[in-house]
Amino acid sequence: MERRALFGGRLLPAVLVAPQLAITILFFLLPAWRAFSESVQATDAFGLNTTFVGLANFRALLDSPVYQAALLRTVAFCAAVTVLSMAGGLVLACFANRGIRGQSVYRVLLIWPYAIAPALASVIFVFLLQPQIGLLSNGLARLGIDFNYATNGNDAFGLIVLIAAWKQVSYNFIFYLAGLQSVPASVIEAATLDGARGFYRFRTVIWPLLAPTTFFLLVINTVYAAFDAFALIFALTGGGPGSSTTTLVVKVYRDGVINLDLGGSAAQSVILMALIVVLTTIQFRYTGKRAT
Amino acid sequence: MNRKPDYLAHAVLILGVLIFIFPIWVAFSGATQSAGAINRGDLSLIPRLSGLPVFINALGFGNTAKGGVPIWHMMMVSALMALGIALGKIAISSISAFAIAFFRFPFRMVAFWLIFITLMLPVEVRIIPTYSVMSDFHLINTFTGLTMPLIASATATLLFRQVFLAVPDELVEAAKLDGAGPMRFFFDILLPVSGANLAALFVILFVYGWNQYLWPLLVATNGRLDTIVLGIVQMITSDQLTPWNLVMAATILAIVPPVFVVVAMQRWFVAGLTETDK
Repeated sequence: MERRALFGGRLLPAVLVAPQLAITILFFLLPAWRAFSESVQATDAFGLNTTFVGLANFRALLDSPVYQAALLRTVAFCAAVTVLSMAGGLVLACFANRGIRGQSVYRVLLIWPYAIAPALASVIFVFLLQPQIGLLSNGLARLGIDFNYATNGNDAFGLIVLIAAWKQVSYNFIFYLAGLQSVPASVIEAATLDGARGFYRFRTVIWPLLAPTTFFLLVINTVYAAFDAFALIFALTGGGPGSSTTTLVVKVYRDGVINLDLGGSAAQSVILMALIVVLTTIQFRYTGKRAT
Repeated sequence: MNRKPDYLAHAVLILGVLIFIFPIWVAFSGATQSAGAINRGDLSLIPRLSGLPVFINALGFGNTAKGGVPIWHMMMVSALMALGIALGKIAISSISAFAIAFFRFPFRMVAFWLIFITLMLPVEVRIIPTYSVMSDFHLINTFTGLTMPLIASATATLLFRQVFLAVPDELVEAAKLDGAGPMRFFFDILLPVSGANLAALFVILFVYGWNQYLWPLLVATNGRLDTIVLGIVQMITSDQLTPWNLVMAATILAIVPPVFVVVAMQRWFVAGLTETDK
């Protein structure tokens, strides 16, 4: 879509886009370019010599069982978080849309977790589940369940899924509620007159109408779990115990910032960029959101 | 219409609300109790009224492992950072969207696609090279370094462009007939008609800025620029015995501003979010 009525001049628009372009080039494109060039280089142990190694960093990564494990772990994490938080958001949105009293109060009470920082969500759950002092972990211990995310990898993984989903439900709730509210009342009435009620009506009439929202949320939640959840995971476990909560993004950080493996970390960055390009393309191509 | 209340819907929604509130309630209640009781595992779910001053005391508390910068200072850094990012993003995205929507100039589409690409380059995927660029420009441990790189935003530019494209041509022609230049048109007509979108964007960006963790972790290394989110995480991961009541009080203080902004502006926020992201 383009406008017909325009302003003339060439200097003014150039000045107007300049600040954003400058920041984009300096802090987005330049680092991305460096990631590309470092990913095909190797630096010796003293950081003195760099040599061109082609795709060796990528081959080493893809052959490494540690990286493959992190990839699988990330897929499992994304799938679990996406399904849990979308199901939670959908159920709450359906009940909030039944025309009950106090609907607007419920809406406020269900959207505020959107505003909690992922890292602080982890801090709050540490307080609940910290093995020595946590209210819930002590309660579980009394029931004979030993829950310890600091030493047990499965507990840690389960907990990051739980926190990431807990924090994301309200986002999905907002979108599903908006989706449900845009279902025309006449469609619902027609279905009801035809005898469709309850879950049957939801499955055959409403759920198909929500398909665009569902698809959009699948992409957004995957991106959230794969990338934004870094803060939440890193604040809770730092990727441990062992590497049981090391997702791909956590691994980029651990390898680059802590282990100082620049070539390997850069190659991982490039792979992640490719991944996010695919996800963004899917989002724009199939959700009807057009860039131009 | 007089019918019986929808008990099932209320039950499900109340359960949902409780699941969200419970952890925050425990944190609030924990803040008012003594650190000793918490460390013994004697946490009560009922807040101690006499412990309420902890929310004031916590403001002066600092992490000695990182220079003892007090909580109030971290809150101030977070507020400046969130406001800087929100207002900065709105400023540069609105003018660049204005240029792209209302002018024809060479490389217009190149500029548009360069901005669009930033959608695909979140900090999380380019941690090390971004850090090295920052240190080349001597921006580590500076407020500029903390905010400026987060100001470029494809999302905001796309939203403004969409809003601007929907402005009727007649409005532009009328403004031109009245002799208004482009900037006059931008400030006196375009921004006012985009008010609701500006409000929504402000909420989303303020929350985004306030809640940053990875970026401050990279850029703020000497304590003076610690944001509240970063500062709190460092308090629970340092080796010292955690003063849980103070840390929980700080956590509650840290989630109040973004939650307040979302709740106070929820009408615009919900409409804006479902339109912006989608």
